[in-house]
Amino acid sequence: MRARGAACAVRGISKRYGAAVALDDVSLEVAPGEIHALVGENGAGKSTLGKIVAGAITPDAGEILVDGEPVAYRAPRDAIRHGIGLIEQEFALAPDLSVLDNVFLGVELGSHGLVDRGEQRERFSELAERIGFRERSSAPVRTLRTADQQKVEILRQLVRDSRLIVMDEPTAALTRDEADRLLQITRELRDDGVTVIYVSHILGDVLALCDTVTVLKDGRRVRTAPAAEETTDSLVTAMLGRSLDVAFPTPSPPPADARVVLSVRGLSHPPAFDDISFDVRAGEIVGLAGLVGSGRTEIARAIFGADPADGAVEIEGRTLRSRSPRASIRRGLALLPESRKDQGLVMVRPLTENVTMAHVGAVSRRGVLAKRREQRVVGEALRSVDARAASTSMPVSSLSGGNQQKAALAKWLVRTPRLLLADEPTRGIDVGAKRAIYDLIHGLAADGLGVLLISSELGEVLGLAHRVIALRAGRIVGEYSGDEAQEETIMRAVFGSV
Amino acid sequence: MAGSAAPARPFASIGGTLELLREYMIVVCVVVLFLVLTFTSDTFLTSTNLLNVLQQVAPVGIVAFALTFLLIVGEFDLSSGALFVLTGVLAAKLEPSLGTWGALGAATLAALAGGIINGLLVAYARINSFVCTLATSLMIAGLSNVITKGFLLNVTDPGFFALGSNKLLGVKYSIWILVVAALACGFVLSRTKFGRWLYAVGGNPEAARLSGINVRRMKVAAFAFSGLAAGIGGAIVVSRTATGQAGNGIDVVFGAFAAVVVGGTSVMGGRGAIWRTALGILFLALITNGFNLLQVEPVYQSIIQGAIILTAVAIDSLSRRAT
Repeated sequence: MRARGAACAVRGISKRYGAAVALDDVSLEVAPGEIHALVGENGAGKSTLGKIVAGAITPDAGEILVDGEPVAYRAPRDAIRHGIGLIEQEFALAPDLSVLDNVFLGVELGSHGLVDRGEQRERFSELAERIGFRERSSAPVRTLRTADQQKVEILRQLVRDSRLIVMDEPTAALTRDEADRLLQITRELRDDGVTVIYVSHILGDVLALCDTVTVLKDGRRVRTAPAAEETTDSLVTAMLGRSLDVAFPTPSPPPADARVVLSVRGLSHPPAFDDISFDVRAGEIVGLAGLVGSGRTEIARAIFGADPADGAVEIEGRTLRSRSPRASIRRGLALLPESRKDQGLVMVRPLTENVTMAHVGAVSRRGVLAKRREQRVVGEALRSVDARAASTSMPVSSLSGGNQQKAALAKWLVRTPRLLLADEPTRGIDVGAKRAIYDLIHGLAADGLGVLLISSELGEVLGLAHRVIALRAGRIVGEYSGDEAQEETIMRAVFGSV
Repeated sequence: MAGSAAPARPFASIGGTLELLREYMIVVCVVVLFLVLTFTSDTFLTSTNLLNVLQQVAPVGIVAFALTFLLIVGEFDLSSGALFVLTGVLAAKLEPSLGTWGALGAATLAALAGGIINGLLVAYARINSFVCTLATSLMIAGLSNVITKGFLLNVTDPGFFALGSNKLLGVKYSIWILVVAALACGFVLSRTKFGRWLYAVGGNPEAARLSGINVRRMKVAAFAFSGLAAGIGGAIVVSRTATGQAGNGIDVVFGAFAAVVVGGTSVMGGRGAIWRTALGILFLALITNGFNLLQVEPVYQSIIQGAIILTAVAIDSLSRRAT
């Protein structure tokens, strides 16, 4: 029978990274068998605290108690021994090993160094049943969808009989229905007596799922209260220390007869997307709404020339003949890619170099860099996006997520583009920085840029775009502007339940 | 603010120290070693000895500068040793028909061509650079054997020694070439568009491509430069010895690689500098020189060099994991 969930307490935990304080004298009690949420802006210290409980990070000061006993972890395996497990945002799976091997990794069943596969399979199917995992146990983890990979992580915790599981932003990479399924699994874990520490940005999920919510701000605990006593508004207020009135800037009217900046005709690259045609006018923000896998990102990349596709792309009436990022940039296209870390920025290089990377020619003469001019240009670009950095010669990896995203955007403002392709412009950044990005996109459109906006958050698309194009399985299934652009209508279109 | 970066870097406090160590360790090492040798040996701090050290490291140094470009762009060239040897063999072979400068020039251009072929194979045929240059290295070494048929190719014309032995303002040509190469490479890396693009491609090829940088062309250019540098280094050596011999000097690539990583250029791309490689060369050269002056058995030198390389790469790897 499953052991009762672990009670966990931390006392006076502090953690610094150089000059930056991640956690400052934080104390917290987590009751056995509850789902305890940690919320806060990016940089509030919630992930750090979760990882300290799970032994992935060693605190500078303070103690951790499990079931009332102080524990000292030197490595995550010490925490595992106490029945504490961590599911990170980036999964810690061996991609080429099978589901079964991953689930039992480190805790293989059997004796004398031999693995008893029969016994493992039996135990596996029992647990897979419990959380509704339907993939083959022999499939390499690499071939699974994100949501299923996450279930493998959960299975791994179940096999280890974890009594406390720390989940760090578990729904970040999931679609809405996958996320709902995860919430359900988490509830079932609690009903089985497992304690869960749930670190998340998504306040709606937190309120629907958790028993207790702790709000962190600037590395300190603001308050801990039963979830029933909180609302999204009260949490946001506590996180920010101020009330966030509206999340979106007031939309300016869409340009009526502005010139067409981008014209896409019959863009196809099956199976990702097929026969995509639409226009974007100067000053207009067009949103692409669709589920993950509907082809949103692929379309933006194809327009930019990053991936091959059939069909025509016209910029201000002229067809783009050579299709490469280089040619697109020259014609005034800019792509703010889906992942700033993997596609947008060179994390090990200084902020300055990242900002001018796409326009080194503009800050050099006959191939030789004009450093003073570069400093000026970078300063202007960073000011225009309100990015804050201690120094522009520090690696961009030292910035917060929000400032990194602003830097990734500033990179395209060194030369004003005609059209911005913004793919998930606010992924993984805090509420304050989100608002700043919204204002920026809005301001750019007001200056006459065309914007193609892609976001998993429908609210973001609706709040910013003048016009929304709905995608399903790589095809355009609807176009909505003004009063037609309602959440329910678009959701029906993208889910195909019209 | 930095807290949001914090969860991703669990070892940042150790990483900070490692980072600092990675940044400036080489400077400290060179200075300390220099002082130690100055005080323990009477002959160390003499212009004869120091110029001799520089002259000896000139060929490997030039190869190392090119290798720095390659590591920064995220690739590796094992074949520069073989190209280095081929240059010497070709120059010795061609000297009777093309004369001194014609032979040296033609041999160097052949090495450049070899570098370009490496680059095309890696960038366009998408062969892993380590495997690719290992294979081309075997082929080039074989070609050298075919040319020499296993014999030593001796050049008898005394004018052939000019590049390796003649002096300008009391300093040998090879040292001048080394110094000019260091300054030019350093300038290109830190002050030009080309250098900026090399770092971007090595640091994140996808981000570089989406920024409009031609990633493949940058890689071909870096390989071409590596071939050219191997050619120049090989030309200097052959004009010093006036002997083309297959197989002799192929290990120059290991010395060059050692100098680059000991200097602190990252083997994972995107980070590094020429001044680092220059100090790395100096450091390894001083160790060799010190061992000779203090009459330590040469067999221990390679053991110590290996240990130094491991230490340097470990520090790079640990500090990289922390960021």
